[in-house]
Amino acid sequence: MTMSPERKIRAVIVDDEELARQILREYLGHHSNIELIAECANGFEAVKTVAEQKPDLVFLDIQMPKLDGFEVLELMGAGPAAVIFVTAYDNYAIRAFDVHAVDYLLKPIGRERFEAALQRASERLSGGKTPAMPPAPELAAAARPPSQYLDRIPVRDGVRVFIIPVAKLDYAEAQDDYVELTAEGKKHLKQQTISSLEAALDPARFLRIHRSYIVNLERVARIEPYGKESHVAVLSNGATLPVSRAGYSRLRAFLDR
Amino acid sequence: MHPVFTSRRRLALYVLAWIPDACLLTYLFTIVGGISGRDGALLAFPLTLIFAFVCLASWYPCRATPLENSGALRLVLTHLIGAIFAAELWVLSARLWLRLLFGGDANSALQARFPALVPVIVAMGVMLYWLSVAFYYVVLALQASQQAEARLMEAHMLARDAELRALKAQVNPHFLFNSLNSISALAGSDASKAREMCILLADFLRRTLGLGEKAAIPLEEELSLIHAFLAVEKVRFGDRVRMEENIAPEVLAVKVPPLLLQPLVENAVVHGIANLVEGGDIRLRATCEGDWVTIVVENTFDPDAPPRRRNGVGIANVRQRLEARYARKANFAVTTNANWFRVTLGLPKTAPNATHHLKDDPK
Repeated sequence: MTMSPERKIRAVIVDDEELARQILREYLGHHSNIELIAECANGFEAVKTVAEQKPDLVFLDIQMPKLDGFEVLELMGAGPAAVIFVTAYDNYAIRAFDVHAVDYLLKPIGRERFEAALQRASERLSGGKTPAMPPAPELAAAARPPSQYLDRIPVRDGVRVFIIPVAKLDYAEAQDDYVELTAEGKKHLKQQTISSLEAALDPARFLRIHRSYIVNLERVARIEPYGKESHVAVLSNGATLPVSRAGYSRLRAFLDR
Repeated sequence: MHPVFTSRRRLALYVLAWIPDACLLTYLFTIVGGISGRDGALLAFPLTLIFAFVCLASWYPCRATPLENSGALRLVLTHLIGAIFAAELWVLSARLWLRLLFGGDANSALQARFPALVPVIVAMGVMLYWLSVAFYYVVLALQASQQAEARLMEAHMLARDAELRALKAQVNPHFLFNSLNSISALAGSDASKAREMCILLADFLRRTLGLGEKAAIPLEEELSLIHAFLAVEKVRFGDRVRMEENIAPEVLAVKVPPLLLQPLVENAVVHGIANLVEGGDIRLRATCEGDWVTIVVENTFDPDAPPRRRNGVGIANVRQRLEARYARKANFAVTTNANWFRVTLGLPKTAPNATHHLKDDPK
């Protein structure tokens, strides 16, 4: 996002601790070109605020009630152009930094470090040298610890947030840049590629049975032949999903175990 | 693995130990059979060597019928059959050996006298076989006691390990970083409050540090440590932390390992309160019935939070330390009920015997 220099940078602070917000507020107060438009005390509030107000810069705490910082980032969509993670946990911060495009501040937050991060963020906002930010879900997926599989999937519909525990997910279907998640008879659309969702789910519970489908293995009732060479998977709720040839052999390998 | 084959040295020693038997056998042959010493040795030495290896096999029936939990009948039968079988085998090998030495030449003195030697071979065979059985039972007993000792050592190591980890992990660095961040924020807005927070933090740290050297402290002291901890967390979380205490006066003096409850309260804050937008409640209860003390630490939590955020290493650590210190004389239970997370400790009122605690360390 490029902007004219006279326009103020609109910033949001997200942290559940008042004192942590206070210090960021104080530091931001020294910058006349930055306007603090909102402060949020939890993840839900943050997602709503970002969706409604479309800020340029978000200071995002990682450890928060309801939704953690990574989940908030995931749900921001193509919202803000710059995110700065704020955390006392340096292992999180290092991951955040590794995914580029996201900067981080460690608590207690030093003024110099804050100014440097702000400088980089402004450069990014003015379309400077720093690379553009990758789509938020990909970023969040990369920031997650590699050994940990998702136990829930946050989904946003407008300003509303739904949390889908992975055990409730029946299947996911790719739709262009989105995935459609089916859980408990409801469908939710999420901006994410099916491959990055596949990578985030536990392979012992979820299987990519088709270029466009991931299925919850517990839901598969049976596999039926379909046409000459292809198959369909019939789920316990009656839904049928196409199974590709590669998907079929993977499914067989799983069922034969 | 067979104990004799664990090293070459052992095998050599084992074979050497059979030399006196060979000499004895030679002597018996000359007396009973009236043959020359040379002939006796010619028969006895190779036979003893063969029998040394036959007796190796008795290790397996010994291991299969341990002394302490096999019936007397089974023991007697097993080793009687073993001994008869071994002795028969020995007689057979003696015949083969003679055939090998003299071929069909029935005129040799040794060949002629052999029938007289058979009872000697059988008697010696049975006796030597039983001797080897006795030897293997001794080996087995030694092995068992070594293993028991190793297990005991391991248990002690684990116990001490858990204690050390508990003490080291005590001042959670994130607690410190977050507190310092709060102080830093207050320094800009409310200097006297910042100073107050510094004092609270110092008070908590000083108490924690002092505890490292103690094996047990009165519950009252542990409670004041918890108060110091919560005073710091209250600055950070404001009225999101609500604490309710119900301690029976007679348990205040009960001795407990230091840092038994503080990690549970910290867990309640980090995994309970911190995940609740509106904050939550922590309840601490301690009661006493006869010689039994029950302590309950419970807190509200967000049931929708992913499970891994609900409890951390603090709880596992307390459980391990309790097991290490009280063995089976204490109990520990974690339960959840709707949005309440509860840890229940039960322990005897009398002071724990801290046999392997840091204090006993010669250092």
